[in-house]
Amino acid sequence: MSPLDMLTEPLQYDFMLRALAATSLAAVVCALLSCWLVLIGWSLMGDAVSHAVLPGVVLSYALGLPFALGAIVFGLLAVVLIGAVRESRRVAEDAAIGIVFTTLFALGLVLISVTPSHTDLGHILFGSVLGVSRGDLVQIAVLAALVLALLLLRRRDLTLYAFDPTHARAIGLSPRRLGALLLGLLAVTAVVALQVVGVILVVAMLIIPGATARLLTDRFSRMLLIAPALSVAASALGILLSYWLDAASGGLIVLVQGGLYALVHVLAPRYGLLARHRARRGDGPAQPAGEGAADAQIDSVAERPSGTAVLEPTSDTSSASENSGPSRISSSAPTTMP
Amino acid sequence: MSIRVEDLTVRYGEVTALDGLSVHIAAGEVTGLVGMNGAGKSTLFGAIMGSVPVASGRIGVDDEGPARARRRGAIGYVPQGEAIDSSFPVSVADVVMMGRYGHQGPIRRPRPADRRAVAEALARVELEDLARRPIGQLSGGQRRRAFVARGLAQGARTLLLDEPFAGVDKRSEALLVAVLRELAADGCTVLVSTHDLHALPDLARSAVLLRRRLLFHGPVAEALEPAMLARAFGLDPLAREEVAR
Repeated sequence: MSPLDMLTEPLQYDFMLRALAATSLAAVVCALLSCWLVLIGWSLMGDAVSHAVLPGVVLSYALGLPFALGAIVFGLLAVVLIGAVRESRRVAEDAAIGIVFTTLFALGLVLISVTPSHTDLGHILFGSVLGVSRGDLVQIAVLAALVLALLLLRRRDLTLYAFDPTHARAIGLSPRRLGALLLGLLAVTAVVALQVVGVILVVAMLIIPGATARLLTDRFSRMLLIAPALSVAASALGILLSYWLDAASGGLIVLVQGGLYALVHVLAPRYGLLARHRARRGDGPAQPAGEGAADAQIDSVAERPSGTAVLEPTSDTSSASENSGPSRISSSAPTTMP
Repeated sequence: MSIRVEDLTVRYGEVTALDGLSVHIAAGEVTGLVGMNGAGKSTLFGAIMGSVPVASGRIGVDDEGPARARRRGAIGYVPQGEAIDSSFPVSVADVVMMGRYGHQGPIRRPRPADRRAVAEALARVELEDLARRPIGQLSGGQRRRAFVARGLAQGARTLLLDEPFAGVDKRSEALLVAVLRELAADGCTVLVSTHDLHALPDLARSAVLLRRRLLFHGPVAEALEPAMLARAFGLDPLAREEVAR
């Protein structure tokens, strides 16, 4: 069988076409959102919200309401609860997140076990992309279009929020409202993706594409193209592999994304392991020449000791989390300053 | 045109960061805000920017509330170096364009006037050749100049700078001092926090010494007298008693 046949044979089936369409939509939306999440340092927040929507989805199912409704309610409930747990200053934010999302996730598991249902609610946990119906696909498409439109229309404000929330304040924007918008979109996106890879693995699609793109470019506008492109390619490959290997589709989608990240981590032209190794040995691509490089050298000679750590708490004490996430990708991106 | 602070108190839990501060920062001159770490410099900025909850007291910027002044885009803010993720994938021109957002429609599509304002601001801090460079590839001094350019492009008449000279090369420092003095001469209010004193006489006409409350507000030369500095930095016996209490 030729490679072309391997590609086209699965596409004769309607269910495979629907699976590919649903996966691509979810991949694009998740990948776009992930660009902001990895820059703000909200990977763990993505994990939390995507797990915490489970009880909302199960309740919506039981009551015959749209999944997105329950998901948003519980996604935002999770954020409020995390803020409340963090109020007692003895509990760190990562602990607060861990307590809240596992508890809500557990509530979801219990609700699944007591909800009489014709379909297997276990599909919410692990995804059932090969069983996506026409109606499911329409719902995914509508939600994806909504998130996509809001993300693209507000992209400059969201990037400003991720980069410098104080300047957002300086021009009269509310960082808290922008953060809430991002979290709301996160909850809806979790619904889009959970039918594809399941609640447990949604977070992979919300982190890996942005992190991968981050290693490939220094321009945010390009991250917004690279992340969805890579994510769609990896997800489609995952679906085809699951057809041929007769293995879990959600698992394979994430596995391919993770594998792709590993490749980029090693091979990325500037920030990859090999490039950095070559740069350290001194035979790698030269640093950008010109005024900047010269300036940088002058700076390092003339540099005065900078201030010591400031004791005053300066961050916004009331909003959920501004730039305080635990897993910033930034540490792996070296600057070219000497 | 000025910043007027009346009886401002800010608390973080049980810690009082600012205790009944009243001060009037005049327009038309650069004012240095001096104090050690924890003296309340960043807290004062935070209160003006609305990022820190105010326990009591009032702030006026150009005779209106700070929230209104911010909505008008009247306040420009240059953050501390370490407050910014320098590996963030934005270019110098991107950062300066953020200063124009308040002048643009809801999706922030740049118009020719915005591009002109960005180009002028970049020229003024001598970064026009580096406009397309990612900020991660700039030196500390160049990066600080980019943020000042953002305030220029914003057209802010009140400028707050938090430790702008920490880790900055001489050339950038001289350039920043010149630009800030020009702005003040033009009638802007410029407030610069620093615990680095040697740049002060060149930069500012008056200084505010802060230690959770106002210690001194007046000419820089008087502020830099040893006895005065000893009080600000907690080296005199009187101040030690005060802390012990």
